[in-house]
Amino acid sequence: MNLTLHVWRQKNPQAKGQMVTYPAREISPNMSFLEMLDIVNEELVLKGEEPIAFDHDCREGICGMCSLVINGIAHGHERGTTVCQLHMRHFKDGQEITIEPWRAKPFPVLRDLIVDRSALDRIMMAGGFISVNAGGAPDANALPVPKEHAELAMDAAACIGCGACVASCKNASAMLFMSAKICQFAHLPQGQPERMDRVRKMVAAMDAEGFGNCTNQYECEAVCPKEISVRFIAEMNRDYWRAWL
Amino acid sequence: MINLDAHAPSGPLAEKWNRHRNEMKLVNPSNKRKFKILVVGTGLAGGSAAATLAELGYNVEAFCYQDSPRRAHSIAAQGGINAAKNYQNDGDSVYRLFYDTIKGGDFRARESNVYRLAQVSNAIIDHCAAQGVPFAREYGGLLDNRSFGGAQVSRTFYARGQTGQQLLLGAYASLIRQIGRGAVKMHSRSEMQELVLVDGVARGIVTRDLVTGKIESHVGDAVVLATGGYGNLYFLSTMAAGCNVTAAYRAYKKGAAFANPCYVQIHPTCIPITGDHQSKLTLMSESLRNDGRIWVPKKVGDKRAPNDIPEDERDYYLERKYPSYGNLAPRDISSRSAKEVCDEGRGVGEAGRGVYLDFADSIKRLGVETIKERYGNLFDMYFKITAEDGYKIPMRIYPATHYTMGGLWVDYNLMSNVPGLHVIGEANFSDHGANRLGASALMQGLADGYFILPYTMGHWLATAKLPKVSTDRPEFKQAEAEVDGKVKKLLSLKGKRTVKSFHRDLGKIMWEYCGMGRNDAGLKKALELIPPLREEFWKNITVPGAGEDLNTELERAGRVADYFEFAELLVYDALERKESCGSHFREESQTSEGEAKRDDENYCHVSAWEFTGVGQRPNLHKEPLAFETVQLGQRSYK
Repeated sequence: MNLTLHVWRQKNPQAKGQMVTYPAREISPNMSFLEMLDIVNEELVLKGEEPIAFDHDCREGICGMCSLVINGIAHGHERGTTVCQLHMRHFKDGQEITIEPWRAKPFPVLRDLIVDRSALDRIMMAGGFISVNAGGAPDANALPVPKEHAELAMDAAACIGCGACVASCKNASAMLFMSAKICQFAHLPQGQPERMDRVRKMVAAMDAEGFGNCTNQYECEAVCPKEISVRFIAEMNRDYWRAWL
Repeated sequence: MINLDAHAPSGPLAEKWNRHRNEMKLVNPSNKRKFKILVVGTGLAGGSAAATLAELGYNVEAFCYQDSPRRAHSIAAQGGINAAKNYQNDGDSVYRLFYDTIKGGDFRARESNVYRLAQVSNAIIDHCAAQGVPFAREYGGLLDNRSFGGAQVSRTFYARGQTGQQLLLGAYASLIRQIGRGAVKMHSRSEMQELVLVDGVARGIVTRDLVTGKIESHVGDAVVLATGGYGNLYFLSTMAAGCNVTAAYRAYKKGAAFANPCYVQIHPTCIPITGDHQSKLTLMSESLRNDGRIWVPKKVGDKRAPNDIPEDERDYYLERKYPSYGNLAPRDISSRSAKEVCDEGRGVGEAGRGVYLDFADSIKRLGVETIKERYGNLFDMYFKITAEDGYKIPMRIYPATHYTMGGLWVDYNLMSNVPGLHVIGEANFSDHGANRLGASALMQGLADGYFILPYTMGHWLATAKLPKVSTDRPEFKQAEAEVDGKVKKLLSLKGKRTVKSFHRDLGKIMWEYCGMGRNDAGLKKALELIPPLREEFWKNITVPGAGEDLNTELERAGRVADYFEFAELLVYDALERKESCGSHFREESQTSEGEAKRDDENYCHVSAWEFTGVGQRPNLHKEPLAFETVQLGQRSYK
């Protein structure tokens, strides 16, 4: 099939960007969206033009590096899917597709479709860990964890840190991302000693980075490639409130 | 001259590591912060090492090419991590894990290293549980296990189908905590381009900032490479797009020996190729083989839909050939068997390069819900890529390049023959011999990073007596100039072909002549084909843009340029090793039943190669493998 792409091009963080139109020809429905971009880029390179820069790495939906807004939806219109796992069979011949980077103030564009997401690392730095050093841990079975707690912790822990939740939120809130880590630990006995301290510090870090607050639109859950539930935002809010009592 | 003294401690196998720990020199706590350690790569090995070294009080700088250390490709490991906990009471022990690993590697790994790996495996599970890694649990709250290829006990710990992700995020959490404390300085989007030696000792690296293009020198008292494997040499592999051999290859060019590069694992359960556009192959965890049965039609060219083929016209070839291990035969054997039935014309799917992985029996026995709980994310992944429902029709799988057992040579202390240069995780050669068992990569990466390197590093720093050096030294200036020269040259070529087209051609040569089956004529053919293609690469590629920018095409060009040199090294190694062992199947060396035939008399050694010049045959050095405890046996899974 043949498609028309409208792609955000921006040379560097200081430059003024613009949408540029490119044809994508002879696209197979078995290609992933990124493989389609690879083909377009090959053509650009052969013409001596600079290829469209986009983040990607594992190409199997787990590293969280790929980050495109496709026709206005972070990671495209397929539910529970990263761009690298979005296949062209979900598009129609002759379709026009707009491709933009994550748009949020804390995510400055570095080039074209690549943004700087280091703000997410800094939120983690504030408390997204359990303070244990290697060596000296008790036997792993010394602390039984009820299966349903472990399963809930795992549901939250599935977050790949891509930032789609931020990109789709009108407030550019990172609360789904942050609550996933907070609730992973809140559902495990290992996470209890630092539980209240963690939620206070991470929320403060999120605010300092310029992310907004949650106003319950749930766009984040709708685009999350791992389908992380907004229940974790509610749980985090409850912990945050308790942390100040 | 290369010194391959393994420095393995003397004494009984089970006491070596304890004795060594007692004898190693220590660094006084207040002196630790005076030492700086450069850690390149932040996957399971590098991330855990950087965090743990910082916890001990060392000054650490860590580097990764991704935008965050949380994204290293360890994250994609699905199935699990082995440990000798014997929680299932099924007779597991440190010795059994050690023996299975040595045997799985076809007796081509160093006994002392592998035994230590099995010994520290239990501490990894304890530490990860303490970090809050959400391992799968039984209803009573204790940890659950599953079985994996090459073992007859259940010793694999897992977190759904995302074990690598959860373990990596555990290491990342420890690392980010140390970054927050100021104990680790993190350089993301930064790629190592050169290793710097001062007076023969590894004292630094040169990196390129992938955003600004800035070429920078970093000095340290030790350099740790945790830069993963070289599977992307084959163009199509299960590696992440950015995985590369550059750091390891640059160290090799500076004198580090490269060991056993021909040991490349071809993973049996990957999703088959659909066309030339394909940029990577996707692996599905081999844990699927616990409940899936592998088969092809008995008849050649049987084009019926799988569910229309009656039971007695199916060949469950692994169960037939290996009754005691069946579908859980080790990876190399499973992969080769799949290739054999496809070569016979019994392969399935459009191109005939695929075999079925069928869950119908397990679903009948356990119910679809249990299968969903165990492998749901893998079935989803399969559906996304193929648009087929694996619960209803058998999945199609085919082998793909996955893991590389070869790597830079290291001694018992995980230090290469270049003093100060330590190599951990997949980047070294040490523990998996000629074939890695499932769920052992995560174990090795974390063993190296959490529990081995932090000890041996202290010994190096306490005994090395290093002079102060700075990046003003001519060695650094020269390395920077070389990197700058390479960047400028790549940008100046302005030829007619893309870097990717060359990479694809190189990968085809490697897959064709140095893939699952290798022979003398084919390997020699590869040695004829690679140099002219490399010459053309250096004349005819085109890399648009500038060196001072974020330039993804330039990054790719630098990596592929190193693959072009490295490819020859791998083929030389495959040619030299005339026996079959593990993943390395030389067609000239097989039993009458078509199984791999080892030649212990002539090849019971590690092949460590020394760089002699681009396009020239490297020098071979041998580290003999002495087996004091295990008996070398014919590896049988029948």
